[in-house]
Amino acid sequence: MLGAFVCYMFVIWYGLGYWVAFALAVGIVALFGAVLDASVLRRVIGQPQFAVVMLTIGLGAIFRSFASIVWGSEIYSLPTPFSARTTRVGGVTVSHEYVAIIVGTVLLCALLYAFFTYSRVGVAMQAASQNQLAAYYMGIPVKRMFSLIWAISAGVAAIAGVLLAPVSLIDINLGFIGLKAFAAAVLGGFGSIPGALVGGITIGLIELFSGAYLPLGVKDVAAYVVLLLVLAIRPQGMFGTVGRKKV
Amino acid sequence: MRFAFKTAYEHDLGLFRDPVQRAWYAALLAGVILVPLAVPAYLSDISLVFIYGLCGLSLMVLAGYTGLVSLGHAAFLGIGAYAHVYFAQDLGLPWIVAVALASVLAAASGVLVGLPALRMTGVYLTIATLAFALIIQEVFTRWDHVTHGLKGRPVDKPVIFGVSFASDWAFYFLCLAVLIAALWLTANLLRSPTGRAWVAIRDSEIAAQSMGVHLARYKTLAFAYSAGLMGAAGALFSHKIGFLAPDIFTVLLSIQFLLMVVVGGLGSLHGALYGAVFVALLPVLISEARDLVPAWAGHAAAVLGKSVGDAVYLSLDRFVKQPGLEPGIFGLILVLFILFEPLGIYGRWRKIWLYFSTFPLYKAATFRRQKTYMRSERLR
Amino acid sequence: MTLFAADELVVNFGGIRAVDGVSFQVEAGQVFTIIGPNGAGKTTIFNLISRIYDPTSGRLLFRDEDITRVPPHEIARRGIARTFQNIELFEHATVLQNLLLGRHAHAQRRFAQELLFLPAVRARERAHREAAEKVIDFLDLQAYRDSFVVNLPYGVRKVVEMGRALCTEPALLLLDEPSSGLSVEETADMAFWIQDIRTLLGITVLMVEHDMSLVSAVSDRVLALNYGRVLASGSARDVQEHPEVIKAYLGG
Repeated sequence: MLGAFVCYMFVIWYGLGYWVAFALAVGIVALFGAVLDASVLRRVIGQPQFAVVMLTIGLGAIFRSFASIVWGSEIYSLPTPFSARTTRVGGVTVSHEYVAIIVGTVLLCALLYAFFTYSRVGVAMQAASQNQLAAYYMGIPVKRMFSLIWAISAGVAAIAGVLLAPVSLIDINLGFIGLKAFAAAVLGGFGSIPGALVGGITIGLIELFSGAYLPLGVKDVAAYVVLLLVLAIRPQGMFGTVGRKKV
Repeated sequence: MRFAFKTAYEHDLGLFRDPVQRAWYAALLAGVILVPLAVPAYLSDISLVFIYGLCGLSLMVLAGYTGLVSLGHAAFLGIGAYAHVYFAQDLGLPWIVAVALASVLAAASGVLVGLPALRMTGVYLTIATLAFALIIQEVFTRWDHVTHGLKGRPVDKPVIFGVSFASDWAFYFLCLAVLIAALWLTANLLRSPTGRAWVAIRDSEIAAQSMGVHLARYKTLAFAYSAGLMGAAGALFSHKIGFLAPDIFTVLLSIQFLLMVVVGGLGSLHGALYGAVFVALLPVLISEARDLVPAWAGHAAAVLGKSVGDAVYLSLDRFVKQPGLEPGIFGLILVLFILFEPLGIYGRWRKIWLYFSTFPLYKAATFRRQKTYMRSERLR
Repeated sequence: MTLFAADELVVNFGGIRAVDGVSFQVEAGQVFTIIGPNGAGKTTIFNLISRIYDPTSGRLLFRDEDITRVPPHEIARRGIARTFQNIELFEHATVLQNLLLGRHAHAQRRFAQELLFLPAVRARERAHREAAEKVIDFLDLQAYRDSFVVNLPYGVRKVVEMGRALCTEPALLLLDEPSSGLSVEETADMAFWIQDIRTLLGITVLMVEHDMSLVSAVSDRVLALNYGRVLASGSARDVQEHPEVIKAYLGG
């Protein structure tokens, strides 16, 4: 949400080009994520999980409030180089906006996967997330790692926001689409990136068909129903693994 | 410092630690009963505090004692409210039956949410409850026959056994009675095997299982009981606000309930009540601050010159009059409490009490939380 | 009388065979110790008995009943209790509440009665409290009765965990490394308690242990494991003098 708003601000208020605004928005939000970690989230490391959960819930409310104060609480649209351009592919009209989203997503996923699996920093991050004390002893600057993780996470979210902006329009509740993304991840199975992609496509199809065949209103909540059903019946989703504590 | 000299196990089984504590609570009860004589104008607001207390109690049982954080409790409140109004007004059932049925219906939906909850922990459970809340909100909007959809529906005043409880003080005592009953029932549960099993689930699921605690049964029970309390609260809530609409039971309301239990102090019944008072007072405080803060800031800045003072006043005034500021303030308070006062108001009260009762031997480290650094230890 | 028998247990974690065809019998009233290097599968066997893991094949027999597929919360009711290698106590509860939770297997759960705290519930609570107090007396935990576990030192926590297991009134007690992290004095206390548990309380003890002096002092039978397979089985001295056990585990 913040990424989308910042990009909008640069394009509409300051008249910068789309790509420049995109890069700036992602950079600023990533920096904001790192600063947030250094100032606020660092203090709750080591506390039980629900403390962190509630902290992020509170922060989310603050950000939505901040966004509505700075940018207003109406709905905005973001003009992009892909807007309102289409191509005919084999008899089907494909909108450039959607193609941009798909291409961007696939690129991003590949980049992240490579980063976490092959780069030293990525492996260090995984170590730090599993046992902080041991990571310290191995010479990993854990605090800096966490700030970096938050920066990456915020940056990725900002990219998602900017990619989504032309399609779903910008307003302060843009972040709630993350819930549907969560449904997709659960359906595909946690710990599996291809699973998340498959899950996302499946949810999209389910929404489409429920909009066509089921009563009004089901389409909006179809993703959530799927989420609850999957969690009740098969929590590891289609391809996922379930972790548990070793005693 | 008062030491309780215990001579029988009964002393530990009772609800109160010793006769002195019982006397204090009796005095509190007397005070609460006499409030209508002192401040008759605020009775309606205090009734809301009692209803919020019920909500806080419900979420405290689930989040504070069983460790299952739920972001969807406003949905149960709504289910209780709409069901009660439907049973009482559309079907014409007696008031008590309608409340009981609403409670049971809410409890059943709690079980429904509980089922996916059995397989998840931590964040994932919270997100699942959020999904449930959004589904239920959609159901409220679409199910015209029962909820009258977006048009909303007005709620009549309660009539129990033919006696009208429309007046402020009658409704006040009704809410008080329900709250006390709920407190008593919950306290009973918490000192029995069920309450201990809930705490065990919060602290270590695997150890609880090896002690014979059936995880699924007790988690579902926690959800059902919590949702049932919310359902009863919903019935009273519907009478209080007088008009039901789907956009009352939003995620923001759930966040307010969460705020209630965190600010009040997780893991104690007192915390639920402190939190309820806090959350009920907060909108009043915010609206007062909206008027006063720009004025004070303007006066303070006027030291630097009248134009500076005016500018500060005007800009602050425009800032605080914005809609959408309230959720931000809720979020800010939640964040501040988690960072600086994780034990909540009740925790702060206990620290103060301990300070004075053990003076000058108070140790600040008594309440310092142990941090766990291994992720597997934080995974319950 | 054979109280507990493991029959050709096999556990695979992906490609790793953690337990490979292990069989042993525990007689009633014995102290039976399992020794072996780390990763030999000892705690895995305990987790099998507590039903936290499912075996890939093999059977577990307790009092001649097959408990291989019993749900984990049933185990306590049947009379098997355990302690954990890395203490799994309820941190934010008092020692007394932890011990009372050990009574849960024997608690009658009547929700409606508990809701109203009827005299029947009160009487049962008092009975549970008396049983927990017996364990407190046995383990000398009186001083810590109302302390929160999170404030207690490690040695006391290990004792509390054993107390919680004893509150279950088990027939078979599983102790996972009871002396790890304990000082010499505390280990000596532990040896006395284990012997008292066997002699005075009549509970069969199955334990995993690394401290050979403790093993020699209390064990009736010892089983040595390595890489999930049985190396040797017999009296404590026989196993400790077995050449393969010395090569794999004891050294020198």
